[in-house]
Amino acid sequence: MSLLDAVVGLADDALVLGHRLSEWCGRAPFLEEDLAIANTALDLLGRARTLYGYAETLGGRNEDEYAFLRDAPEFRNLLIYELPGDDFAAACARQFLVDVFDDLYLTELAASRDETLAELGAKCAKESTWHRRHSGEWLNRLGDGTAESHERMQRALEGVWGYHLELFETGPGETRLVASGVLPDRGALERRWSAAVHEAIRSATLDVPSNGRRVAGGRAGEHTEHLGIMLAEMQQLPRACPGANW
Amino acid sequence: MAEAQDLEARFQARIDNEERIEPKDWMPDAYRKTLIRQISQHAHSEVIGMQPEGTWITRAPSLKRKTILLSKVQDEGGHGLYLYSAAETLGASREEMIAALHGERAKYSSIFNYPALTWADIGAIGWLVDSAAIINQIPLQRCSYGPYARAMVRICKEESFHQRQGYDIMVSLATGTPEQKAMAQDALNRWWWPSVQMFGPPDDASTHSARSMAWKIKRYSNDELRQKFIDQAVEQAKILGLEVPDPDLEWDEASGHYRTGAIDWDEFNRVVAGDGPCNRERLETHRRVHEDGAWVREAVAAYAEKQAARQAQQVAREANAGEAEQSRRVSRGREL
Repeated sequence: MSLLDAVVGLADDALVLGHRLSEWCGRAPFLEEDLAIANTALDLLGRARTLYGYAETLGGRNEDEYAFLRDAPEFRNLLIYELPGDDFAAACARQFLVDVFDDLYLTELAASRDETLAELGAKCAKESTWHRRHSGEWLNRLGDGTAESHERMQRALEGVWGYHLELFETGPGETRLVASGVLPDRGALERRWSAAVHEAIRSATLDVPSNGRRVAGGRAGEHTEHLGIMLAEMQQLPRACPGANW
Repeated sequence: MAEAQDLEARFQARIDNEERIEPKDWMPDAYRKTLIRQISQHAHSEVIGMQPEGTWITRAPSLKRKTILLSKVQDEGGHGLYLYSAAETLGASREEMIAALHGERAKYSSIFNYPALTWADIGAIGWLVDSAAIINQIPLQRCSYGPYARAMVRICKEESFHQRQGYDIMVSLATGTPEQKAMAQDALNRWWWPSVQMFGPPDDASTHSARSMAWKIKRYSNDELRQKFIDQAVEQAKILGLEVPDPDLEWDEASGHYRTGAIDWDEFNRVVAGDGPCNRERLETHRRVHEDGAWVREAVAAYAEKQAARQAQQVAREANAGEAEQSRRVSRGREL
């Protein structure tokens, strides 16, 4: 895998999750949360655009070609980002797991030997620290709220558990980039991630789901059906009017 | 009786003197009620207005447009929030205001009962609907009620950015492919008259106007504001190379204004009364989102209560520990 592929993979992660969060606009349980979700979505879309921009300078396509003119199998995002999350508990559970990861990963990325990635890591780590605090609050409120919210949050954690393992996988070609200090070692983050996440789940009076399930394939373009449906909506207009400027 | 008259006279004198009325000041009940009605309906309009544009966030045709639209719709939610807060200073709670919306006792701007069918509608809404909103809202920055006036200052700044992004979409479509240009013209055709109607019924049929003028909640008549909008928008349509859908539109040299053909007030009244293309859906969506979120709001309240109880326990424990320490010291002092 080249640096270009790695950058596109990271950009796809941010775009797909940013899009998922943007689906919440106007649908949150109260207005303040509507604004907060939109903030996170905007951070992620901004992150995606910076990464696609970098990909273009590395010889790739432009941001809109990446976003709107590829089919699902060409997307390289990890599966956890594309899950629908259309139930509030599911959205919160996924968000917390990925925010903790992003916080760790981006902090390491800030020390990358690649200047552009280091700069992006430093800026985005700050955002992810804030996202993590916010989704961590939701873990507590829903886990330790009412009996109903507790049950919904527990079910949501079970629903997403197993998709998170892909976060810690180093792709076949990525090893070289990790060895040369361009990309953080994903596998090395697992222990810290587990410690933080398990503790937060328990302190929210929830149970850590049992391990054993593992779903992966995003970096190889092996996606769930959800991604194609999401893209059908997202890409419809530019594909209907090829060559148009918007 | 004489005292009440005196209060009312002093209140009116302050208004005539361009002083701001603040939440703790005395005000006539009718003034309070009028403001709660107007501000809460304004808040509802912002929130319901998130729906037609919100439906295009997931379909925006470029990442740049998607980002701008999402932050625009987010701003509208923010405006809703300032406005609910301004209404709360008059003693209305957000729950009550939302219940009034759901119970159809409170209205929202009728323009949002029209659908956003194509991407060009996002341009037309920003250009026309936000222009009309700005023209309506600029005088509200000098409204006699302080919290409303101050909310308006902030809102107007953001609205002008919204208006520019809408117009920018129209420019890109009007100078684009033939399909894009047709899309832009179609959107103008559908949004023109509803936008003209946004200023409310003509002056001779406006029910709340006279008193609101005296109280300086309102400063210009519906027709004056409408004229300002028309003069501005017709010129902007020309720059776009689009045609305003009014065969009777003409420039009136003597007055220096554009004159439109007859405005279809039956259509306006029909939509206000509930029979626009999206009335049912807008309200139903708002109700459903509110109901879907009930379990979350309950969890937030339950968690906050538990946290408060834990904190109180903690404080009590510390106080007990402090007392124990104190009595230990006292008894040790005695021993010495």
